[in-house]
Amino acid sequence: MSNFLNSSIGKKFLMSLTGFFLITFLLVHLLVNSLILFDQSGHLFNQAAHFMGTNPIIKVVEPVLAIGFILHIIYAVILTRQNQRARPIGYKQQKLSGSSSWASRNMFVLGILVFVFLAIHISNFFWKMKFTGHELLEEGAMGNMENAYLLVTTFFQQWYIVILYIIGAIALGFHLTHAFWSAFQTLGLSNSKWRKRLDTIGLIYTLVVAGGFAIIPIWVFIASLI
Amino acid sequence: MDLTLKVWRQENRKAKGRFETYAIKNISPDSSFLEMLDVLNEQLIREGQEPVVFDHDCREGICGTCGLFINGRAHGPDEDITTCQLHMRKFKDGDTIVVEPWRAGGFPVIKDLMVDRTAFDKILQAGGFISINTGSAPDGNASLVAKEKADEAMDAAACIGCGACVATCKNSSAMLFVASKVSQLAVLPQGKTEAVRRAKAMVAKMDELGFGNCTNTGACEVECPKNVSLAHIARLNREFLAANLKP
Ligand code: SF4
Ligand code: FES
Repeated sequence: MSNFLNSSIGKKFLMSLTGFFLITFLLVHLLVNSLILFDQSGHLFNQAAHFMGTNPIIKVVEPVLAIGFILHIIYAVILTRQNQRARPIGYKQQKLSGSSSWASRNMFVLGILVFVFLAIHISNFFWKMKFTGHELLEEGAMGNMENAYLLVTTFFQQWYIVILYIIGAIALGFHLTHAFWSAFQTLGLSNSKWRKRLDTIGLIYTLVVAGGFAIIPIWVFIASLI
Repeated sequence: MDLTLKVWRQENRKAKGRFETYAIKNISPDSSFLEMLDVLNEQLIREGQEPVVFDHDCREGICGTCGLFINGRAHGPDEDITTCQLHMRKFKDGDTIVVEPWRAGGFPVIKDLMVDRTAFDKILQAGGFISINTGSAPDGNASLVAKEKADEAMDAAACIGCGACVATCKNSSAMLFVASKVSQLAVLPQGKTEAVRRAKAMVAKMDELGFGNCTNTGACEVECPKNVSLAHIARLNREFLAANLKP
């Protein structure tokens, strides 16, 4: 097993598996958040947030998710460092734009952007709900069900926060354009036919997820103006 | 055509190289890129200078010996060709052309534009063969191979080991080469016997020799003169995972 994880494909295998896990997480996360759009009273979203915060299964998945994130990052660093060392002397001139996508060549940088955004995002919401608490969460809380909706919608009334979240969604989107098919390819789950199909499915997934995450703050911001 | 060439010159493996600029005149647009370098070398010899060393053999795109990084691209500005198949009509009169050797830790420069690709031989020696005796050419239809499988094996076997995949890859990964050498055997009955050992041994060798980790950018497939598909890399991944799942 250690042999396997020391090999280039083994390490990539781990990137792919954790990637799949994160891809699934993003979709669930978006589904829950989209409730903000569909219920102005905030009741649906609060219920979902409450469920996510208290359900035992989610409680088990949460640390697994954190480990998945950390492994994905650690292995990205290891792989990237090895790759930089694999070409000790670089080219004077190298044209790669014709043969590969920009995102595929910049996954590490995009990953850093997503990570920075993630840290901000966690401190904005998850941290307050889970650990520190916040006065907005108490306001209009029903029993032990916090008013997460109020916290989120109040927060998104600041225009610069909305812009920050749009940038986060764009970085995530570019990361995903390459990540989706790549995760399949690494597990060997691709061939000439499926490559095109997976590319299309990946693009749809990316548009839905990145678009979805961008639309929520924009929607809340606009709704607060009218 | 009159051209300016910026060519990488390096005395030997240890020496620090540099770019030299040469002016070259009256090149026919119908000549090949290597013929243009021949003209340059004749000119250099006449001037009492050392000719530029570059690898070449068949000069018809079948041996894989030639390989130059020209104006930022492996095998230069044309599709699905080796360097020897590149023609000067792909350039314009007055152009400046930058000529570099393959750059990768696994391919050290021997002299000027010539690199050492022994690493590929070592990878092949690690497992790119079959050791059962297949005898002489079998009778037709004696061992049945589906047409699609035969085609796939043939497409993979088209790899000439030129190294453009490594040269163009931002990670200097040799995955396309290794994938083609695994694939050409993996889909045929004769190659099944050693499939497990092969995938493990070749990937281990590839890693050991300092090639980078594939990140699926797909640049190799585009620059490969023989159009070896990324689908073969997916198969290599499958073979490798399967090999590691077996006890
Ligand atoms: S896979 Fe293509 S680019 Fe790589 S060595 Fe073989 S022929 Fe050359
Ligand atoms: S010299 Fe043989 S392929 Fe170019």
